Amino acid sequence: MSSGVDVDLKNLWIKFGDFVAVRDANVHINGGDFFSFLGGSGCGKTTILRAVSGFLDPAEGEILIGGNNMVGKGPNERPTALIFQNLALFPLMTVWENITFSLEVAGATKGERRKRADELLDMIALPDQGDKLPAQLSGGQKQRVAIARALCAEPDVLLLDEPLSALDLKLRHHMRAELREIQQRVGITFIYITHDQGEALTMSDNIAVMRTAVIDQIADGKSIYDDPSTSFVASFVGTNNLFRGKVTDISEGIATIDTNRTGTLRARVSTGATGKLGVGDDAMMFIRPEAFSIVKQKTETGTQIAATVQRSEFEGTSYNIYTEGGAGKEISVSVANRGDAHMYDSGTALNLVFDPHRAVVVPAGELASE
Amino acid sequence: MILKDYFKTNGPLMGWILLGLTFFWIVMLIVLPQLYMFELSFHPHLPPPEMGGPNDYLTLENYKYLVFGAEGNPDGYNKVDLAVFVRTLTAAAFVTVVDLLLCYPIAYYLGQSTGGGFVRLLVLLLIIPYWINEILRAFAFKIIFGDSGVLNEFLMFFAIIDGPIDFIRANVALYAGLGYAYILLMIFPIYNVVESLDRNQIEAARDMGAPWWMIHKRIVIPYAKPGISSGCTMVFMLSAGALAAPQILGGPSSLWFTQLVYQWFNTGGNWPQAAAYAIVLLIACLIIVLGVMKLFKVNMGDIGK
Repeated sequence: MSSGVDVDLKNLWIKFGDFVAVRDANVHINGGDFFSFLGGSGCGKTTILRAVSGFLDPAEGEILIGGNNMVGKGPNERPTALIFQNLALFPLMTVWENITFSLEVAGATKGERRKRADELLDMIALPDQGDKLPAQLSGGQKQRVAIARALCAEPDVLLLDEPLSALDLKLRHHMRAELREIQQRVGITFIYITHDQGEALTMSDNIAVMRTAVIDQIADGKSIYDDPSTSFVASFVGTNNLFRGKVTDISEGIATIDTNRTGTLRARVSTGATGKLGVGDDAMMFIRPEAFSIVKQKTETGTQIAATVQRSEFEGTSYNIYTEGGAGKEISVSVANRGDAHMYDSGTALNLVFDPHRAVVVPAGELASE
Repeated sequence: MILKDYFKTNGPLMGWILLGLTFFWIVMLIVLPQLYMFELSFHPHLPPPEMGGPNDYLTLENYKYLVFGAEGNPDGYNKVDLAVFVRTLTAAAFVTVVDLLLCYPIAYYLGQSTGGGFVRLLVLLLIIPYWINEILRAFAFKIIFGDSGVLNEFLMFFAIIDGPIDFIRANVALYAGLGYAYILLMIFPIYNVVESLDRNQIEAARDMGAPWWMIHKRIVIPYAKPGISSGCTMVFMLSAGALAAPQILGGPSSLWFTQLVYQWFNTGGNWPQAAAYAIVLLIACLIIVLGVMKLFKVNMGDIGK
């Protein structure tokens, strides 16, 4: 298998008539990386994938694969292979014919194709299933056949368009690990499209989070989660408590926010928002439910919220406690299910304490709609 | 079991009405008349009062006549009728193949395009001519293909030909007329199937480098096979059994087998003979269709898709 090659999108604009589907995207993908585009439906992530695979041409900009500009080249002229959302296996061909279709196109003999099919079937742990029809396979097996079919042509870049979305939850989780494992084994660049943040976070080396037509942030999963650049990313990835307010002070990377309903709070300015916030600006502060700890005694101001428990629920790995933190502001708190964690009666008064470095401040902006 | 579910969904009253109508349609309107014809074909030609009388008997003479001709025929075989028979079937097969070649691209285009007003307009343009009855359409073709018809005038005006071509005698008009008459029966079954073909499969094949002809050979045609066979079956059966178009557009020296059947029924007034001819045509068509289906590995169940 070829080793991974870099993929670069430079000032990429994609339009359908007057509609701008992708606005000035700039992405660098390292060769051999598992790279995800994460975004809601209609954000343009699939459009980017189709442009990389060659099914549509950008209005402006460059698509470089291994340094070569691919704009204007058809899908068959690019070193990419695409796995479709519905897999698009050929229903009337056997599994082995499906897998080696690219070889058939290239004019390989039946013997060669059969041999290659057997190798790939071994790789995806489906030996002796080659003579079945796709319809006779389970969802996960079809998934693996689609991967084998795409890998058969030995592409430099594998493009995956939400291929796990049709599977049930358990299988989806299993296939995440399997996909990641296959990617590391073949060592080629994977570009993965998903709306499922769990998939993006667990599998990817790097993630591009897309708002409508725009890429908001490109970073590894931990940065996306802990250090979101924009209010959209903070609200899209994971659950977050949002506090709106005005910046009253910024010093040493910590902003003090006069929130509308919860008093004065302090938190770190996001790395991506550094320099974009000044005193007096509208800001949004995000605190993860798991970033709170519950204490009885009051501590210093600015990093604690006096709250009243509304209701609690037990979710197995954690307790979810829904509280009210001043003027009807709902704040959710997640407490890991360790020995001393427990439910709280509604009406209990709590002090929610957080580390200002585990909360983040970004300029006020668009939020992800649920 | 199936009946139980059937009555559950339709209710007893509606269930019996639907069942009764289907029964009436199939048995009374199709099976019984055919059986009557089949039985009739084994009887001698008798005036109605003598039918079933002492002079009536079962015989194969009507079938013999098609093969060997009248008794004392010096040729030994009924060459004229047999030639018409073979020519009708080959011509029907030819019309079917031409229709398929013509309609497959259209059906593919209609089925795979993402809809929109243009496609709906195309479908409408295909359907509207069928509001005009068959005879008028046949005569329209006669006007187009006649000696001083539109086509000849056009070709002569542009000096592509010197004198008129006798399209009628060359059977061009007949084949065109027959082909056109059943175009919809070819397009719609294929269109229906192609429409349900997942576009991603075509894109996947393109992504793997397949040229267009290979995409058709390996993906579209195998998928469209039920539609293609159902279209071909209908066009072949109806062409072989057509009467109006051959009557109007056929050359003076080329009879269609249905015209022979018609002559026996009407001019000849010999119903048993006509029935025998009709039965032979029906069975020959069935054998050909089933044979071709077997050759291309099409199941009967696929036709209904």
